[in-house]
Parts: sequence; C-alpha cells; structure tokens
Amino acid sequence: MRTTITVNGEARSLDLDPRTTLLDTLREHLKLTGAKKGCDHGQCGACTVLVNGVRINSCLSLAVAHDGDEVVSIEGVGTVETLHPVQQAFLTHDAFQCGYCTPGQICSTLGMLDELAAGWPSQETAPGAAPVFNDAEIRERMSGNICRCSAYPQIVAAIKDAREAMA
Amino acid sequence: MSSVNDWAAPNPVTTNRSGIIGKPVDRYEGPLKVTGTAPYAYEVQPPSPPAYGVMVGASIAVGRIAAVDTAEAEAAPGVLTVWTHLNVPAQPARGTKAHPRSTQGSKPAFESDRVTYWGQPVALVVADTLENAVAASHLVRLTYEAETPDVDFRARLADAGQPLGEQDMEVGDFDGGFAASAVKLDETWVTPIQNHCQMEPCASVVWWEGDKCVAHTSIQMVKPAQHGLAETLGIDRDAVHLLTRYIGGGFGGKGQTYDDLTLAALAARALGRPVKVAFTRQQMMHGTIHRPATVMRVRLGAEKDGRLNAFSIMTWTHCHKEGSFTEHASNFARALYAAPNRLTGHRLIKLDLPHAGPMRAPGEASGTMSLECAMDELAEQLGLDPVELRIRNEPPVDPENGRPFSQRQLVRCLKEGAQLFGWDRRLPTPGLVRDGRWLVGMGMAAAIRGNFLLPAKCSFSVDADGVITVRQGMTDIGTGTYTVLAQIAAETLGVTLGEVRVEIGDSELPPAPGSGGQFGAASAGSAALAAGMNLRRAIAELATGDPNSPLYGDDPTLVTFQDGVVAIENKSETLATLIRRAAPAGLTIEGDSRPAADMREWSTQTYGSHYCEVGVDTVTGEVRVRRMLGVFAAGRILNYKTARSQLTGGMIWGVGSALTEGNVVDPRYGSLINQDLAQYLVPVQADIGELDAIMLDEVDDKANPMGVKGVGELGNSGAGAAVANAIYNACGVRVRDYPITPDKLLAGLIAKGL
Ligand code: FES
Ligand code: FES
Repeated sequence: MRTTITVNGEARSLDLDPRTTLLDTLREHLKLTGAKKGCDHGQCGACTVLVNGVRINSCLSLAVAHDGDEVVSIEGVGTVETLHPVQQAFLTHDAFQCGYCTPGQICSTLGMLDELAAGWPSQETAPGAAPVFNDAEIRERMSGNICRCSAYPQIVAAIKDAREAMA
Repeated sequence: MSSVNDWAAPNPVTTNRSGIIGKPVDRYEGPLKVTGTAPYAYEVQPPSPPAYGVMVGASIAVGRIAAVDTAEAEAAPGVLTVWTHLNVPAQPARGTKAHPRSTQGSKPAFESDRVTYWGQPVALVVADTLENAVAASHLVRLTYEAETPDVDFRARLADAGQPLGEQDMEVGDFDGGFAASAVKLDETWVTPIQNHCQMEPCASVVWWEGDKCVAHTSIQMVKPAQHGLAETLGIDRDAVHLLTRYIGGGFGGKGQTYDDLTLAALAARALGRPVKVAFTRQQMMHGTIHRPATVMRVRLGAEKDGRLNAFSIMTWTHCHKEGSFTEHASNFARALYAAPNRLTGHRLIKLDLPHAGPMRAPGEASGTMSLECAMDELAEQLGLDPVELRIRNEPPVDPENGRPFSQRQLVRCLKEGAQLFGWDRRLPTPGLVRDGRWLVGMGMAAAIRGNFLLPAKCSFSVDADGVITVRQGMTDIGTGTYTVLAQIAAETLGVTLGEVRVEIGDSELPPAPGSGGQFGAASAGSAALAAGMNLRRAIAELATGDPNSPLYGDDPTLVTFQDGVVAIENKSETLATLIRRAAPAGLTIEGDSRPAADMREWSTQTYGSHYCEVGVDTVTGEVRVRRMLGVFAAGRILNYKTARSQLTGGMIWGVGSALTEGNVVDPRYGSLINQDLAQYLVPVQADIGELDAIMLDEVDDKANPMGVKGVGELGNSGAGAAVANAIYNACGVRVRDYPITPDKLLAGLIAKGL
C-alpha cells in the first residue's frame, strides 16, 4: 500500500505491506535503526517515537495507519554534533549503559515533558490538581520504558537537568 | 614466571599523572547511543538486501518430532526456504573441533528429531520480508511424540546428586559444632528461575564474501563465538569474521551463541544473500539460558556473643538434561565469615527444562539471598545489631584456605554505609514504624564477589597526527569498556581522550576474554596497559634514536609522556611532530597480560554493603523500595561515572530478585508460563526510589598491575537480601520463598493481624 509519512521532517512515500509495523518501517525500510525492538509487543518502550508530537510504541502500530502523519524518531531529535538537551543530559548523567533502551527513553522523555506541560494527569497526580514536575511524576510517567541495565536513577537525574536546560 | 610483585612497580595508570584514571568522563560511545546511531547486530546494513529468517520453537519439552509438513509454509508468499532437522544443511556433530585449539566446538542447529526443552528452535523460515517470514512460520506443521516432562524441581530434590567432579567442603566438624552452639538457626530459602531479559534480544546478520563468512551478532565473548561458528560451518577459523560492536545488554546470557547465528550463516550461504535472524522476546525466555532455581538450606550456630561456631549453606539446583551448569550459590560464603566448623556444597538435578547458565553474579546473586537473610535472623535471635553481628565474624584471613586477603574493606563498607544511610534510626523490633497504611522498615546485607584475571592481548597504534588507536577483540555490553580503554590509553601515552580511538568487538583484533564474571576491565585493561607501555618504549626509542629529535642520544627510559608531548627534562617535541617526521606511517605494537603465577596465594574479592528502606502496604501487601544505598570496595576505580552505573544497576537487579522476578514452570508442558515482559516483571522506573552507590578508595596491587577489580556483578550480590531484611523489619513477616510478592506477604500480614 502506498503510504506517505513525514519522518523527521522529510516526506517519505513507501509501498508497504499492510502488516508492516511503524517500527519495522523505520528500521527495515527507511534504515532508521535508532528506534529499537525490545519486545515487539508494547511491553518495553524501546520503540518509542513521537507521532504528531505524541509518544507511542511504534511496534504496536501499523505503518499504513499513519498515512499523512508526522513521525519523529531519535534521528530527528539531534545529531552527534548537535545533541538535543535531553540527549546531552543522558550523556552527562550516564543515563544508559548498553544504550539499547536509550532512544526510546529519550523520545519518551520528550513526549512526557509535553504531556506534563499540557496538564495531563498521571497516577501520581493529586485528583483534580494540575500535575507538578517532580521525581515521582517522572518515575510514574517513564515506567513504560524498561531499562534492564537499570539506569533509572540516572535517567531521573538526566530528565530534571534537561528540563532546566530546555526552559 | 610472573609474580604479583612485578605489579608493584609504578606504571602510568597507578601514577595517574594526567588524572584521567578514575575521572568520571562520559561514555566514549555515548554520543552514538543517545542519537540512535550505534548499530546493534540486527541493524548493521549488509552489502545487499537481506532475507529474513524466523525461528519456530518446539511446543513440547521432551520427545521427538514425528512428522513435518512444510508444504504450506514453502508455498507462502515470499518464502525462500524452510528448514527443519530433515533438510537443514549438514553440520559437524556437536562438539567437533576440526581445529584442536578452538575455544568452542561445533553447535549444530536442528541436530535431530529429538526435542529436549520447550521452545527449542526446531524450524526456520526464510523469506524476502520479515512479514512474509513471520506469516509463513505459522504454517510450519510439526507433529510431536511427546514424553512426560521431568521438570518439577522441588519434587525432585531428593534425587539431586553431587555435581560432577565436586565435593562438599568441610572444615572442622560442622555437625559437632552446630550441635554444641548456644544459638542455632536452620532455615531454607528458595529462589526461582530468572531470565536475563537483555533489552536487545539475541540477533545476527550474516553474509558471505566468497569463502569468508561475515557475521555481526550480539555476543559477550568474541573468540568462542568465532571458533564455534567456524566449527559448525566446517570452515577454517580465519574464514569467520565475527563482529559485535554494540551489544544491548548481556548479563551472562550472551556468553554463548545460539541458533540465530548458526542459522543465519547457513541460510546466507545456501541462499547466496545476507540473512538476518533474531529471537523474539518470547523466544528469549526458553531459547537462551536462564538462572536456575535454587533451594538453599542455611544452618548457623553461634555463641551468645554472636561469634559463629558452625556455619553451613547447602544448595540444590538444576540444569538441562544434557548440561552440566551448576549454580554455585554456596561458594561465596566460603570467604565471607569466620567460623571454625564449616560445611558448604551443592546438589544438582538434571531436568527437561531449558538450559541453565550464568546470569549476573552467578552464585552470589542467589546465595546472598539466603545467607544474608539468615544472618539477619540470627542477629535478631541474639539481640545484636545485624551490622555488629557481621563485624564480630570478620575473619583475619580467608577462613577456608588461610590465605591472606589481598584487600578486604568489608567492615569499612558496613560502617560507612550505616552512617551515611542513617542506620541508627532503625528500630530493631519489627512493625513499629507506621506511615499511614504503610509499615516502614530498614534492612542491610553484606556483598561479596570474587575477582578474576584472564589472559588478554591488545594492540596500540599511533599515527602521524599523534592519535592513539586501541584495538582489542573485547566487548562492551554496557559495562564501559570503550571508555575505560580510552582512559588507559590517554593516561599511558599522555594524550587527551579526544586523541584516542577505540576499536573492539571484532574477531580479527587481538583476543581478549570478553565481558563476564566482572573480569572485563581488569583483564582487557591490563593488556591495554601492557600494549601502551610497549608503545611508549617504541616511541621513546624512536625519539632518542632520531638525530632530528631534541631527545636524540638521551636515555629512552627517561622519556615522559604528557599533554601530547614527549620530553626529557626541558628537551621536548610533540608526539605528532615526532611521528610525522620519524615514522610517518605510524607505529603499531601489541601487548599482553596474564595472571601472575602466585596470584592464588591471596584471597582476592570485591566487597560491599547494602542498606535499604522499604514501605509495606498493610492492605495490599505491596512493597515499595523507598531508599537504597550501597557502599563498595573494588580496587582502583577507572571511571567513577560508569562504575557507579554498574553498581546501581546491579543493586536494582537485587530489587527485582527480591520483589518481582521469577519464571514459573508449567509442570504439564515443561514450559515457562510467563514468557514476556508483561509477565516476567523486571523493575521499572516507578519501582525504584532514591538509590545510590558509593565507592571506597582502594588499590588492590595483588589483583593486576592497575590495582583494579570488577564492579559489574558486585552490586547485585546481597542487594536482594537487604530488601528482604527491610521487609521483615517493616512488618515482621519473613518470606523465604522469592520473589516476595504481595500474595505471600499478605498471608503473613493477615496471620499477624495487621
Ligand atoms: S518494542 Fe515496542 S514496546 Fe517493546
Ligand atoms: S541502557 Fe541497557 S537497557 Fe537501558
């Protein structure tokens, strides 16, 4: 099926098998292997990308359902020469070890910060109140991204630092 | 023969003139990882479009494949080939070593019609796209003759025997000493099967360049993988070029290769095009090794003052019917506490379960979950503080072999941890601290993990720009290898980190043992230091022998290396100037390191302490880790940032072991019931509160020339026990059957009327 998706600002027109996930489209068709496959079942978050600004597990979504959508993967966040503040903070705080969950963590962070700013509540948000930015909210909202190397404390530190740098 | 005494001489790492050793610098490969541009195995782009292989796992645990019907799969769109044991290309019999010095024999895929564990790969479908391969894999029809699986570990304990070639270790008279002890404890702990759950499932992409097989795979040890693949393919070892540049976690589970590699190589050869094969997350649970379950009986006999008089830990465990792996959960205890009468040993039963194997801190991870809780229980019986009980049983020398400790700062770890954590605020009587519906408690445990050094080689080059390149067949599984090798190179040659390149993960580079057993940094780093020293010597001789150098005619042993400059007193030139003029093609030199002959005259371990505060929800039985601190002594630390991450990561593994992790065996089918990350629960962000690791100053000059030891597994040793002890202190319920899930805790809470 002919599908056009804007990926990292560039319109990509592809003839896709309707069974192809957005994740495999990025990895196998567009050679954008920054988004990782940790489970292929929506259980780990390694495949997290932003679709129209919202974070999703790209392994759970078929690419043909994204015709006309704007996708940002880790490759669109920053480059080695010009790291995004979130990427820089992950590097500075050693918020990864093997690095396999990292692109997903970083995309998820970007989506999460927007959700917080937009006032979306979480389990940690007091009923009826606007969410506040604190460790508990970060931990709750980032729990869809598993890090088996368990860089969790470093990830929280990186996110706090990055948010300050982005303000 | 070498001696540890040779290591006492100062060297650039121990002198640390530029201060690069120990510095918490960012990861060398970090910019690639945070931008998603570090290619892991499945992401390496082959020279032409690849075909996609998908494996099919057996749906019985034991029996034989009685009939195979692949007609429908073969006819499915895009399918290039379908293999089972009936038509897989011939491979040398298992264990064949055509080359006598291969570090690994052949590991044929689809050996026969025999199935020996649930999920064993039994068929492969290769198609033009991943979607076509996945779809056709569902059309492979296999008919089995199943036998009743023998998988009930707990029911078979009485049949377990002494592991081959082992015997129990008894010092003194355990039975007599135990019987005569004033205070006794005799309890049994149980740990479940655990899975590594590396975030990157095992994967390979392979292509052939003429007779040469180029294999990118995700593996912790390069040489055995290269040799094993060559033996399996029946080709010369040099005809396999195996690469593993970025690895998405290993933890012991990628210490060996699996059928993804073999099948990708065979299929690439048969089809004449690159082939990619990856395990699915579900396939990883059965198809790769796991940490086996244990039953551990701990007996402690003490005097009233807390001194241990008798001590025993006996471990029952299991492995695959054709395997021999033993989870040595009793071993670590041999060096931990003093006691005149001691008995430790293991019993192994072979079952129709998947293959057992090493997982982060094999032995210690399980063993501390019993002994370190037993010490907590004994402390309570004695009315002693658990920290004090451990200090009273501190041995002056290794309690079993009498060897002096090369370094042992366990007591300092215990004391500093207690102080930093605020241990004095702990109430010894459980159940007294309330926070709403939560009961809050503190627990601690000691940590110990052996230290090893393996032979390794390394090469160092300098080019005309003064850039140093380190080359080594080593791996970085998230441990920080790239970074610490760069630091050693920079410090040794007196250049900045920006002037160092590191190339690892390649079978054509000088061999190193790989990542495992927390021996990586010490072994690979010692070889790097040796190579660096050889390069220094070569550069010094080049300078002092070159009439155009200001150093000409001087003694080469006096040359110093700092800030990119080679100098003797006030005579100097830059490294780049010298090389450009005197060796424009650059210099390359190798170095190697090996254990010293007399290393074993010392007992060399890494140590630590864990302190933990938990909340227990009295209504639901849920446990939350609120705070956790580890204090560790592990020799010289090469990089405080990456080492801390290793340690905190290990501690979090302990939290998972205590609270959530465990595979449940389905005795009817011999399968693991929970086969994915929604059912096998590893810790997630919300499970971890405030958590940190601190490293004490230490140099262990008996460990290797750098005085470093490993940290990759130490953090995991004892961490789970600290959590379990904190749970007991919070609510007075002792669960000895891990993980401590709410259902187990609730029963105890209800019985206590809480
Ligand atoms: S790969 Fe998509 S959530 Fe795990
Ligand atoms: S860095 Fe390895 S899984 Fe997160």
